[in-house]
Amino acid sequence: MDDRLQQSEYERQRLANVRPPTWRNPPPSREPYDLVVIGGGPAGLVATEAAVELGARVAVVERNALGGNCLNFGCVPSKALIRTSRVYADIHSAAHYGARASIGSDVEFAAIMERMRRIRARISRVDSAGRLSERGIDVFFGDGAFAGRDRIDVAGAMLPFRRAVIATGARPDTPKVPGLAEAGYLTNETVFDLAALPKRLLVIGGGPLGCELAQAFCRFGARTTIAQDQPLFLPREERDAAQLLSEALARDGVEVRLNTAAVRVVVDNGAKVVDLVSDDYHSRIVVDEILTGVGRVPNVDGLNLEAAGVAYDASGIRTDDFLRTANPRVYAAGDVTLAHAYTHTADASARIVVRNALLGKKARVSALTIPWCTYTDPEIAHVGLYVREARERNIPVRTFTIPMHDVDRAITDGEELGFVKIHVHDHSDRILGATIVARHAGEMINEITLAMVANIGLATLARVIHAYPTQAEAIRAAAIAFERSQQPARRRTKRVVPW
Amino acid sequence: MTAAIDVADDALLDALERAAASYFIAPWDCVAAMPADNSRAGSPISIAAVGFALSVYPIAVERGWMTRADALARSIAALRFFATSEQGAAPEATGYKGFYYHFLDRATGRRVWRSELSMVDTALLIAGALVAQRYFDGRDDDEIELRTLVHWLYERVDWRWAQNGGTTIMQGWKPECGFLHYGWEGYNEAIVLYALALGSPSHPLGESCYRGWTMTYQWENIYGQEFLYGGPLFMHQFSHAWIDFRGIRDAFMREKRCDYFENSRRATIVQREYACRNPHEFAGYDETTWGLTACDGPTDDMPALRDDPRHFLGYAARGVPYGPDDGTLAGWGAVASLPFAPTVAMEAVRTMRDRYPAMFDTDRYASSFNASVTTDGRPWVSSGLFGLDQGIVAMMIENHRSELVWRLMRECDYIRTGLRRAGFRGGWLRHRR
Repeated sequence: MDDRLQQSEYERQRLANVRPPTWRNPPPSREPYDLVVIGGGPAGLVATEAAVELGARVAVVERNALGGNCLNFGCVPSKALIRTSRVYADIHSAAHYGARASIGSDVEFAAIMERMRRIRARISRVDSAGRLSERGIDVFFGDGAFAGRDRIDVAGAMLPFRRAVIATGARPDTPKVPGLAEAGYLTNETVFDLAALPKRLLVIGGGPLGCELAQAFCRFGARTTIAQDQPLFLPREERDAAQLLSEALARDGVEVRLNTAAVRVVVDNGAKVVDLVSDDYHSRIVVDEILTGVGRVPNVDGLNLEAAGVAYDASGIRTDDFLRTANPRVYAAGDVTLAHAYTHTADASARIVVRNALLGKKARVSALTIPWCTYTDPEIAHVGLYVREARERNIPVRTFTIPMHDVDRAITDGEELGFVKIHVHDHSDRILGATIVARHAGEMINEITLAMVANIGLATLARVIHAYPTQAEAIRAAAIAFERSQQPARRRTKRVVPW
Repeated sequence: MTAAIDVADDALLDALERAAASYFIAPWDCVAAMPADNSRAGSPISIAAVGFALSVYPIAVERGWMTRADALARSIAALRFFATSEQGAAPEATGYKGFYYHFLDRATGRRVWRSELSMVDTALLIAGALVAQRYFDGRDDDEIELRTLVHWLYERVDWRWAQNGGTTIMQGWKPECGFLHYGWEGYNEAIVLYALALGSPSHPLGESCYRGWTMTYQWENIYGQEFLYGGPLFMHQFSHAWIDFRGIRDAFMREKRCDYFENSRRATIVQREYACRNPHEFAGYDETTWGLTACDGPTDDMPALRDDPRHFLGYAARGVPYGPDDGTLAGWGAVASLPFAPTVAMEAVRTMRDRYPAMFDTDRYASSFNASVTTDGRPWVSSGLFGLDQGIVAMMIENHRSELVWRLMRECDYIRTGLRRAGFRGGWLRHRR
């Protein structure tokens, strides 16, 4: 079977799960549904399944494909590519580990994409339309729009509801660069359809998506430039984390252009010629593809929200702390309403909605402790407050920092770039937040998140035995540094060292 | 308050200080005889280096390396130049809004290299001018004129404009594109800038500006040292060349029960600890060989190194523990930490001097060396000399030996006012003049 046919087969399998071509919408219930969910992405599917588990009668409406951004255009395909890019990076640095390995000049891009599609197809089985239907969920494909405060129209079928959830997610924003639309560009919704590795790639935008894919494509062999119109990548993240990321990208061979805006694109002989401006310095680069990652726009169009009395603005659906919209029957969850647009926050918000909408609870979104991670190499993970946020709230804060080069396992792994920083309240061991930069920071941050949710202080973490050698020992080392700082100086040192 | 100094150490420090001062005393073939940024052919004038020159001349007089008349003449020539040179939005003016461009043509004194109107470098220039104003306190016409010029130059600086409507001071401005957006956040060398901007009698910043800046501080425990983090060593040294931070504390340092002087001591220890760990396994690093800071690097001389996987750099701010670190160290970095951590700094001064004599040009420190980049077994050493390096060496040795500059600036009303408005209390600020 040749590559194209095999790719087609994986795509056929995925589509058979997420948008079956022969699907026929069920007849809508005449009785109001307990819950109608608009949007079959992470938030919508979690809300749907959680509601069904409570015995509710549930319908889900999906405009495109079940699984949403995460499965089809986001976390799943990007992490599959990133994993392969790490393999390439490790092969390139094999000599550093005393190993021999070599790769030819041509990266088998088709094989990389094939693996990604296979994985995507496999994961799509979990929430397939057929499985949802088997669980008693009415699955409707088509454009859903409110026809009133208590009903939704889907392709002419009217779905009455007692409660509804808007979980329509978000889509990529487009940078306003003259000539870009005419020249053509990739987004996270199209980049995974690439058939060939672009020889030269410009990534516009230094957010998580831009940084992750710039590094991955560079590691595949694309001559990659990333232009970020701010002084650092990942502007929300801690400055040191963002600076380490700049260094990591540069070491990989990505041409880093910070404080740089793309101002014009023209096509010349099939290539895309992009004018860049950094303060008063003008430059021009020629690339084969442009990938944009400048943010996301909530999907509120076409929902006829006015008919339902649901308020919204450019940042999405307006909700209160209970995720209820201006219409008390209607809730919202996930990227369409949250500032933290992650799959796991979509999941958590959907569970809040189901509890509040169907069980009459008063769960608050503000009570969530939300970690997040950018899956570059090293990864950058964060939870809780940043130091600046704490100081702006007049919370005195101390930070306990362990560079990864002080962690045995990081040294043996050759993965020393990074740190663990844990922020605590100055007069206690209460953890306010943490930033971890490490190759597996996304795994490590969960320990801190657990401690914060369970109200476990940093002093307690010092007493938690961590398996040796692991990179997560950095967390315990930070906890021990905290404990040492609590002891009087005379107990710490047997003799005074004159500085 | 002056620390007792070992006789042998003092002899060495005297030689190093005198050599560093000689950079400024030398007859420079530049407009107003101002020193160039560095000793390489064709180097422009750096306004920060002029600030150091104005501070070093009084030292040179007191040490007998220069006559008072010479020092006065050199100082007043520079100040007259800055008072009479073109200020305006024209791209080749010398300055704008009382600030000055970072680099000036050595013959004409006009802007070169499309350099930025630099807020912090202007502050270093003004700080140097204030040292001269405090030192030249005589009744001669020239000394009176000097003091008048300094007052006028200081009053002309429109610090509030440099906020660009924001909370903190911007790093730079260019006529071609306006204010630069480099995200100049976190603790750095800018306390002297804020002190001057808050102490201005004509364009003072609001006190919230300083609080806005300190809001970006990060107090970290690294290698067992709790300190206000700043990666490169110079961030912990430059403001200290002019201001004696012993015992005076702003709100942040009161909260942390520390002061900026003690903080610089801890930052010095963190540098030493990093060098002991030497995570990138560069040659030479150990407890006596350290100094990651803003300095020259090998790639300008050896462009082929840009493709080296060790990721070598040219002139750049190197720092610990997060880097960048390309194996390049500044020997002068240890000298400039003498007041904070004399024992470990002196140990480093002596060891690096013994190990890497090539970094000296008759007792004057090269900007940097890199023992991992060798030619015929010899480590790479930055060519020529940089004014900033010589200035900080001379000033910090003198402050360590006699506190001359600190004493002069402790009596400077502008500085006292600026520090008080920044919220500093205690120590020498308690005493009324």
